[in-house]
Amino acid sequence: MTTNLVHKNAKRTNFRTRLAPSILLIVAGLAIILLFGMNIEPGLNTTFGLTPLGNKSVIPIPNLVLPVQLAIYVLALVVFFVAGWQLARGIHSTGILAGVVAFCFVAAFLTWAAKGNSMDLVGMMNTSLVRATPIALAALCGVISERAGVVNIAIEGIMLMSALASVMVATLAHNLYAGLLAGILTGMIVAGLHAILVIQFKVDQIISGVAINIIGTGATSFISNRYMQMYTDKINNSGVFPNIPIPLLAKIPILGPVVFENNIIVYIMLILVAVTFVLLFYTRWGLRTRAVGEHPKAADTLGINVYLMRYVNVILGGLIAGIGGAYFTIGAVGRFDKLMTAGKGFIGLAAMIFGNWNPVGALGSSLIFGFADSLQIKMQILDIPVPSEFLQMAPYLVTIIVLAGLVGRVHPPAADGTAYEKQ
Amino acid sequence: MKAKATQTNSEASGQKEAPIYEGDRRKVSKLIQTLLVPVLAVLTGFIIGAVVIASSNDAVIAAYRNFFHAPGAALVATLKAITTAYGALFYGSFGSIAEIYHGIQTYYATGDSKSFLLGIYPFTESLATVTPYILAGLAVAVGFKCGLFNIGAEGQFGIGALCSAFVGYSIHGLPWYIHLPLAMLAGAAGGAIWGAIPGLLKGLTGAHEVVNTIMMNYISFRLSDWLLNGPMKATGYRPLTPVIENSAMLPRFFPDPLRFNWGFFVALAIAGFVYWFLFKTTLGFEIRAVGANPDGARYAGMNIVRNFVVAMTLSGALAGLAGATQVLGIDHWVGQGFSAGYGFDSIAIALLGQSHPLGVVLAALLWGTLRSGATSMQSLAGVPIEIISIIQGLVIVFVAAPAVIRWIYRIRAISTQTTVLTRGWGK
Repeated sequence: MTTNLVHKNAKRTNFRTRLAPSILLIVAGLAIILLFGMNIEPGLNTTFGLTPLGNKSVIPIPNLVLPVQLAIYVLALVVFFVAGWQLARGIHSTGILAGVVAFCFVAAFLTWAAKGNSMDLVGMMNTSLVRATPIALAALCGVISERAGVVNIAIEGIMLMSALASVMVATLAHNLYAGLLAGILTGMIVAGLHAILVIQFKVDQIISGVAINIIGTGATSFISNRYMQMYTDKINNSGVFPNIPIPLLAKIPILGPVVFENNIIVYIMLILVAVTFVLLFYTRWGLRTRAVGEHPKAADTLGINVYLMRYVNVILGGLIAGIGGAYFTIGAVGRFDKLMTAGKGFIGLAAMIFGNWNPVGALGSSLIFGFADSLQIKMQILDIPVPSEFLQMAPYLVTIIVLAGLVGRVHPPAADGTAYEKQ
Repeated sequence: MKAKATQTNSEASGQKEAPIYEGDRRKVSKLIQTLLVPVLAVLTGFIIGAVVIASSNDAVIAAYRNFFHAPGAALVATLKAITTAYGALFYGSFGSIAEIYHGIQTYYATGDSKSFLLGIYPFTESLATVTPYILAGLAVAVGFKCGLFNIGAEGQFGIGALCSAFVGYSIHGLPWYIHLPLAMLAGAAGGAIWGAIPGLLKGLTGAHEVVNTIMMNYISFRLSDWLLNGPMKATGYRPLTPVIENSAMLPRFFPDPLRFNWGFFVALAIAGFVYWFLFKTTLGFEIRAVGANPDGARYAGMNIVRNFVVAMTLSGALAGLAGATQVLGIDHWVGQGFSAGYGFDSIAIALLGQSHPLGVVLAALLWGTLRSGATSMQSLAGVPIEIISIIQGLVIVFVAAPAVIRWIYRIRAISTQTTVLTRGWGK
């Protein structure tokens, strides 16, 4: 077995290496033409609504009207062009490669699906952001926890329990902010439990995570069956956070309705992404965290308290996951249903991996998953021939494909998953 | 990037070397140690479960309101709540000796076996419930032996059930000795494919099987939604498959409503097969070697990818077979939510049985009996069935963290095999 002495970031100019992705791109381009570009009547247009209906505050801009056949061919052409570039010179950045192809494919799909109709594009983008919020919060929790070296599979269980806690407290106290606080505290406590098991008792981190998920699912379903259904008005009817438009920014044509007219949890999520990014990469505390995650022994010799850093980071992650859990109830529907997180915690983990353990990357990949989620709802409304259950599979399939394609290309913290023993 | 749950260094170094002539004593104490932790884990889980039952019981809460006036009444109420709940659990799992004895007497007196059958109904129902748990527990255990965490047992169970049901209801006119094995084979094959995909992905790309198998679970739920509402739907309004042919059903021992069937012995036979495979064949040895130390195994020339795929495929096949026995032996049709709960239950069973086929059988006996009795606990004592999930999660924690049990009960540690799972997110 030959060892590769070339630095892992060095440009690979081997023709064979460039061939495989470019073939994939050519196949993608052909797929666009064959799946979407066939049998389109010449005069058909798709209208993409760029101003939400009935929204008075935003500056109106005209809708985007695309002739369907032309648009699809143009998109396929773009993909072929990228394929050619990849073959000739090679594109180093996976992000650009995947991003361009994904954009063209999805754009072609949308144009085909809504042919002859109009589609509220801005509304769909807003739904994507809203649906991406719990995934992004779960991914952020994962990022913080794993950057310190602790694998946290328990995010799903944490979100379920904080969802329950926040709706109960919010209904009892008639105050949504109290509910949010309760959710945060629950998240911190459960994450603290995971931290104790993993750091103090050195339980295998995956087993501990799965056990907490089981306890969380069991406990929340138990309480839901035993109390929620009987005393609905007293403890399971909290109302939701209202949408708060930000005064001037909400008027910006496309960005306004999408980003600046959401409820407070979405704003908190966006702020947390920025805060976590600065904290991890631009502060001394962040440097120590990353050191503990990469090489705890070296960090220990420098005097950093490895155990304390890990505890703090896991509990901080729990705080964020608590907000994520609160979103499901007091941010979306105003009541708790059994198993309402539906795997979003695990999708958040995939988003974290896709985002290369970087908060901003995690946000980007969460948006992709959120888009897949909002797409399948839209497709059900548009009544296209694919059965709705297959569309509902989309987020999970995307997760698998992403994980399969990217694991080799992303770099987890080196000491991720190892229990640290002071010697 | 390996992780191992071990005892702390101080504990390990505190052990004295046992002299050679105490070999037998060491073997016995090692056996006791291996059994002690799971037994204590289950016990502690039930104690905490008792606390939850008592604190969610209305009568107990009312009694504690008057605690300072009548402390005795509060304690009595607590005990009553716990004994009613666990008593109902026991009755649901085993039935009552008095009823069975009465049934036997009636049979000898009048030749009418009905009350005898009613008496043994809870116990036979428990055994019938145990059958899929044995196979599902074996599935997860085989995965653990290779260092893989197969959370996808639920999805593989569901797919296996659908495949075997399809063979069961769509083929007519075959004799039972062809139809029945064919249906079971179909179930195993369906589960095997569903397990092979994450195994392949893990082997080829290094993607962690935890997230992949969970995603496959959700995909299987959606797929079964579509199938049960579309291509595999029986005539009528409800989303379920047609009833399978008689020639595909696993034979039952007693008349209806007792559902104890041949599947139980099939499961035991398969447990024996898995034991033979893991401990008496080269391939099984390789799988266990990869599980214990992948780097060492690779150095010894073993093909890691092939072993991952074989282990996950076998694991999926076992889980699919579990679904098949459930369909062919108990329900005879598949409906929505068919596989609910089997995924996490099987993880608990595999952990409790320390991933050894014999341990898995014993743990499955315990678990299936409990699950079977829990429905009585819900109907007779009003305790929601999810309490079992809470106990289950606690048992997993205690088994996976023997240090916690040792800390609670102040037991000294002898080294036991631990489950190694966390290897980061892939190479």
